[in-house]
Amino acid sequence: MEWEAVIGLEIHAQLATKSKIFSGASTAFGAEPNTQACAVDLALPGTLPAFNEEALRMAVKFGLAVDAEIGRKSVFDRKNYFYPDLPKGYQTSQLFHPIVGIGHIDITLEDGTTKRIGVTRAHLEEDAGKSLHDEFPGMTGIDLNRAGTPLLEIVSEPDMRSAEEAVAYVRKVHSLVTSLGICDGNMSEGSFRCDCNVSVRPKGQEEYGTRTETKNINSFRFIEKAIVGEIERQIDLIEDGGRVIQATRLYDADKNETRSMRSKEEANDYRYFPCPDLLPIVIDDDYIDAIRQTLPELPDARKARFIEEYKLSEYDAMVLSADHNMAAYFEVIAKTAKDAKLAANWVMGELSKLLNQHDIDITNSPVSAEQLGGLLMRIKDDTISGKIAKQVFEVMWSEGGSADEIIESKGLKQVTDSGAIEQIVDEVIANNTPQVEQYVNAEPDKRGKMIGFFMGQVMKASQGKANPGQVQGVLKQKLDALVN
Amino acid sequence: MSLDRTDVDKIAHLARLQIEEQDAPEYAQNLSNILDLVDQMQAIDTTNVLPMAHPLDAVQRLRSDLVTEENQRELLQSVAPAVENGLFLVPKVIE
Amino acid sequence: MFDKTLAELAAGLKTGQFSSVELTQAYLARIKAEDTKYNSFISVTDDLALEQAAAADSLIAAGDAGTFTGLPIAHKDIFCTQGVRTSCASKMLDNFISPYNATVVDKFNQAGAVTLGKTNMDEFAMGSSNESSFYGPCKNPWNTDCVPGGSSGGSAAAVSAQLTPAATGSDTGGSIRQPAALCGITGLKPTYGRVSRYGMIAFASSLDQGGPMTKTAEDAALMLNVMAGFDKRDSTSADRDVPDYTADLTKPLDGLRIGLPKEFFSGDINADIAAQTQAAIKEFEKLGATVKEVSLPNTALSIPAYYIIAPAEASSNLSRFDGVRYGYRCEDPVDLEDLYKRSRGEGFGPEVKRRILVGAYALSEGFYDAYYNKAQQIRRLIRDDFTKVLSEVDVIMGPTTPHPAFKIGEKSSDPVAMYMEDIFTLSLNLAGLPGMSIPCGTVDGLPTGLQIIGDYFAEQKLLNVAHQFQLATDWHKQSPQGI
Repeated sequence: MEWEAVIGLEIHAQLATKSKIFSGASTAFGAEPNTQACAVDLALPGTLPAFNEEALRMAVKFGLAVDAEIGRKSVFDRKNYFYPDLPKGYQTSQLFHPIVGIGHIDITLEDGTTKRIGVTRAHLEEDAGKSLHDEFPGMTGIDLNRAGTPLLEIVSEPDMRSAEEAVAYVRKVHSLVTSLGICDGNMSEGSFRCDCNVSVRPKGQEEYGTRTETKNINSFRFIEKAIVGEIERQIDLIEDGGRVIQATRLYDADKNETRSMRSKEEANDYRYFPCPDLLPIVIDDDYIDAIRQTLPELPDARKARFIEEYKLSEYDAMVLSADHNMAAYFEVIAKTAKDAKLAANWVMGELSKLLNQHDIDITNSPVSAEQLGGLLMRIKDDTISGKIAKQVFEVMWSEGGSADEIIESKGLKQVTDSGAIEQIVDEVIANNTPQVEQYVNAEPDKRGKMIGFFMGQVMKASQGKANPGQVQGVLKQKLDALVN
Repeated sequence: MSLDRTDVDKIAHLARLQIEEQDAPEYAQNLSNILDLVDQMQAIDTTNVLPMAHPLDAVQRLRSDLVTEENQRELLQSVAPAVENGLFLVPKVIE
Repeated sequence: MFDKTLAELAAGLKTGQFSSVELTQAYLARIKAEDTKYNSFISVTDDLALEQAAAADSLIAAGDAGTFTGLPIAHKDIFCTQGVRTSCASKMLDNFISPYNATVVDKFNQAGAVTLGKTNMDEFAMGSSNESSFYGPCKNPWNTDCVPGGSSGGSAAAVSAQLTPAATGSDTGGSIRQPAALCGITGLKPTYGRVSRYGMIAFASSLDQGGPMTKTAEDAALMLNVMAGFDKRDSTSADRDVPDYTADLTKPLDGLRIGLPKEFFSGDINADIAAQTQAAIKEFEKLGATVKEVSLPNTALSIPAYYIIAPAEASSNLSRFDGVRYGYRCEDPVDLEDLYKRSRGEGFGPEVKRRILVGAYALSEGFYDAYYNKAQQIRRLIRDDFTKVLSEVDVIMGPTTPHPAFKIGEKSSDPVAMYMEDIFTLSLNLAGLPGMSIPCGTVDGLPTGLQIIGDYFAEQKLLNVAHQFQLATDWHKQSPQGI
């Protein structure tokens, strides 16, 4: 039987506010446990929430970017359940009247086709704290620094049919929220997390199969793996005569498999009701229009501009425009080096390769855009060759420093002095008599290929520093002189 | 409306309240009586009446996005039942 | 000295008749000597009080004193008080030393008030008799076999027994007005949002409101001048100016339009209380008021609506008491669920558990519309009744309670019977309107209260009406025998 997957995603994007959604505590990542959990965050008796205006503004920005209805009156509700990282015993969220209503996002697939994915809603809520299970034997430690960090939960329609589509959607949302400046997009720090709802059905069937939810996946790769794995698991299960049970599952990146979450096994009754400590958020057209004026360039517009302004290919433009930070990085280099194609190749090539290898976000790149731009300038003005540039780049990555400093201190400057080049060429010719004889006796149309050997020898002798163009000219001239 | 033992157990679990075996029948009876009392509401026609969640028709005020709280961990954890290395401790949670 | 009002004590401090330290020491000694009879205090804060009194005396000496500087008061143990146990009369918070001050406490501290201690109450303010306190019932100074009312029973008894000149209270369904009536003192529940709820441990967030409990309306005005005001930490606090609540006290009542809801004088109500209320109304007529009968047809529905909304909000508000970050934690929990269930099961008393269960049930899947949503719709009907009547009259009057104080233990086994005692007070909380109770007579040696209800933010009007009545009568000057 042919199967079809149905995928819907819930993305939790931490909003990049300075303070929490309902308190004045800092949202900065990485502080000592519970040093950023104030009386309100700890749900001390008598404490009350005060709503952060920036969280509202950011949510509205997102709504405008996905062409959604903005809730003129949105309401906070309480989602009641007990968990140690949830201090109040309820999560303040928006069930009945979310700030962002129905919208849509267009994704581009690898074959170049685009597909429209529905956004059901996006609502404001507060993040929970963190449970640390491995620090104490038999005990779990609770750190509430994250509790109360504003989240925008972005819920999609079940419009995706493959892991590829799902990843393209997540990448697009990531690109949007980072471009809007409402989320730092840092997935390893948990600023951007994804819950995947997956079901399968025989192709052609109308109704959905039973779905499972895999929670809190925090890398694009894991999203793909988790969905592919879950689709396979469900199909195998059904083909073996079993049936899918509605459950919450946890993705284990080490084992590359999902497993059922014990804590979520029982059916929950969240007893949602409007939070009586908060009042309805009412906004008008003027408020929304003012925010609309502040919207930055969004990825689709940026892609078009990259094609137009930098004459990039469709593919290069898509890759470079998707990530707001990568786009900004690229533009700095393109402007410094005054060569967009060269800049694109380096960002998508050498830089991305090392970033991926070390699992580093471009915002934390050890090589800044200014540094890399400086390096490309030296390629452009022939100070170094592209090959030497890679060496310089590696030093830059591991030791820091500007291109000029590295070229200087390592003596990597290209040799362009024709006297010096001639001297090396003469030495190579003198030391390789058999190859010179072969060259001289060869058919003229074969000589072009044979010159490569001498090139290699000269470059080796110059430790790669000789200007390849010049070497080529001198070699040809001297060897051809021997023929005659 | 009459609640039995099973109902009480189910709600008590939702509310994470231990109810002693010998007290359960009385709670069931109390709760049933209270529900009988509130069932008077069902006789009233409230079609087209908007629910009123707040006494005043006010709207939510917005707070400026400023960090106003400093670290008070020592003070705030001075009332905690179990703390180690700055973390609140609970029996092991299995996810 | 102990029969003096705040206004009189303020004058005494100003003229140097006594110092704040002397006054404070006298009250502390009196509490120690007398409160064994009433159990009106959960904690007496001697050190804090004397420190504050000494600071107040320095201010007075330096000529920097405000109206409230050096005046002793007590706080209901629902208001978080930094460095002091704030228990809400629950085992759950018996070990909770609050790390911060409620806004109301901060305001009194800034005004120079002296905190004598924290008063007894029903556990988490859930009750009308003060019998659900973890620290034992508080007793009515007029008859120690009787309840003082609740939930602010300790504050009412302490003022009535002259253990403090005034106290703070909180009112979710009558918790200021009912004990004020039963103990023969003056109590004011302000408009919802007038007094900050920050740091006042939440029972039902959309109903809770703090207010003063005093000997006189004039003192209530002095207290409200300190308590009222916008608080950015409470999103439901009203962002509007605070008038001087003493400014209108002396206005004559000529032309005052009083509405008497017929529903407040029918059904199960003590005949003497009805008669005394009518007598009080006659007094107002003498003062120039006109009276007309009005109708609040949905009054009876306030009980079912309240007993859904309040428990629903409470069930959620009290989820934070889980034995993790503060408060009671059970011995040797075997796992997380055991920690939750036993900490909460052992930490909360029966009435609190009952209300949490009712609330959780009312919000649970399949019942939300029939209970919670329905109750919120009825709440609107009740509010609309008031709005209509208050467009025709200036104030509404009636008895505060249908009966005088009942015996300790008399209703404690029947929660529903207890709930019926709140019939006249609940509807104001549902509507968010301000209301006062002032003494207007006695039945069998027990005081009774007249309830005065006004429009939103009409506290000045209520205080004016009450003050004029107290100038013309002396019910508020009567004390329990032996006090």
